[in-house]
Amino acid sequence: MNAFGFKLIEPRSIDFDQFDGRLLNEILEKEPSFKICLSCGGCTATCNAGTLIDFNIRKMNLLLRRGEITGLAREIDKCMLCGKCMLVCPRGINIRNVIMLLKKGLVQYRNENI
Amino acid sequence: MSKPKKVITIGGGVAGTEVSSLLAELGYDVTLIEKNSQTGGKLNGWSHLFPTGRPAAQVAEFLQHKVQRNSFKTICQTDVSQVVFGNGSFLVKTSGDERLPADAVVISTGFDIFDATRKEEYGYSVYENVITSVDLENRLKAGAPITTAAGNKPCRIAFIHCVGSRDEKCGNHHCSKVCCVTGVKQATELAKQLPQAEIFCFYMDLRMFGLPYESMYREAQEKYNIQFIRGRLSEAAENADGTLQIKAEDTLSGRPLKMQVDLVVLLVGMVPGKNTAHMADLFELQREPNGFLQTEDPHLFKNRSSRKGVFLAGTCTGPMTVDETLDHARSAALDIHHYLQNK
Ligand code: SF4
Ligand code: SF4
Ligand code: SF4
Repeated sequence: MNAFGFKLIEPRSIDFDQFDGRLLNEILEKEPSFKICLSCGGCTATCNAGTLIDFNIRKMNLLLRRGEITGLAREIDKCMLCGKCMLVCPRGINIRNVIMLLKKGLVQYRNENI
Repeated sequence: MSKPKKVITIGGGVAGTEVSSLLAELGYDVTLIEKNSQTGGKLNGWSHLFPTGRPAAQVAEFLQHKVQRNSFKTICQTDVSQVVFGNGSFLVKTSGDERLPADAVVISTGFDIFDATRKEEYGYSVYENVITSVDLENRLKAGAPITTAAGNKPCRIAFIHCVGSRDEKCGNHHCSKVCCVTGVKQATELAKQLPQAEIFCFYMDLRMFGLPYESMYREAQEKYNIQFIRGRLSEAAENADGTLQIKAEDTLSGRPLKMQVDLVVLLVGMVPGKNTAHMADLFELQREPNGFLQTEDPHLFKNRSSRKGVFLAGTCTGPMTVDETLDHARSAALDIHHYLQNK
């Protein structure tokens, strides 16, 4: 394609019509507190991993909510599961459990899709 | 002519003085019980009111003037210690050993200000350059120039929204409603006083619910260069020179942010007053899950409590602006008037 002076790139828009909610729904069912995140960013601000490297727990969880799960597996490994984020969350969300469920869910999801 | 019916008002802030004045004007025998040494409530400590910028003292004077014109009995520095329920009437006993009969009671015990020391991570009363919006308002009222603890002009100031509101950790799920616009008002006042200073507001959502409030927000950006950052503060730490290092996520750019500031202002929320809780116990009233007093019907009977003959006025039922409090007190007076006439 490059020979023609352009290349195919992934569309930038979030496509809700292709929404794959399997992983999200399973996590929401097992950890319903995740429903009430208001995306305030308190977790990201306090996260040690996030201040040192490119890792944003709030944004990652938001992408999950939008069905944008490619790349999450690599991101999630940056979390140290220290639980500091949970200390500041104004909605009392069990963020660590969300991460654990996401880790497990991603493995399962991959196996199902082979 | 029969003797006028008796009404007891408990709490002499904005709502309590207004409802008492109106009922006295309508000919009722009103007694106002106030726990502090003077009436007027927290309004006495406010400097200027949003959205007009009018001195709070003008409104306080207006209320006081009405009190004087409609002379009714005011008992200060007194608490209610016991209530005896009669058949459609009440006997209220005070800490001053008075026994006051009443045909109707108004509870107007208001709100308390959230105790900011409970948000330990923000360092209120630990770091000397972390103050609350109430401290700032009191300083503005006193007319003192706003300085850091060391007496210097602050170059960078951060306002923190939702302190003690919308926060599971403090047990307060509710939004206090007035602090967003208070933040904009105070930030603008500081920008006028300190034109060189950089001022930031850290918010989760901006709730500019009143008709002129959005214009205040716009003016704060346009005219006073106040910057709004969408992110909740996770913590503040003090530097050796007394400045503060604050951390938040700039959620709109999706990156963690840290900032060194000279002064932090915590926009503290409204919580149900201790006295309000006490009245709920004495009068055996229903409370909302957030602790404010429950009204009989949130649309139609916003001044009636869960007990017949006990009426509610003002912020004991939830966060309100000064203007809304006055409206609520006025509707309470009318509702009580109807109740007593048909009794
Ligand atoms: S701190 Fe809690 S509410 Fe805020 S973005 Fe993180 S998970 Fe959501
Ligand atoms: S548990 Fe993970 S996301 Fe939360 S603060 Fe620790 S490293 Fe960051
Ligand atoms: S009015 Fe604004 S600052 Fe106050 S609790 Fe509500 S959202 Fe937070």
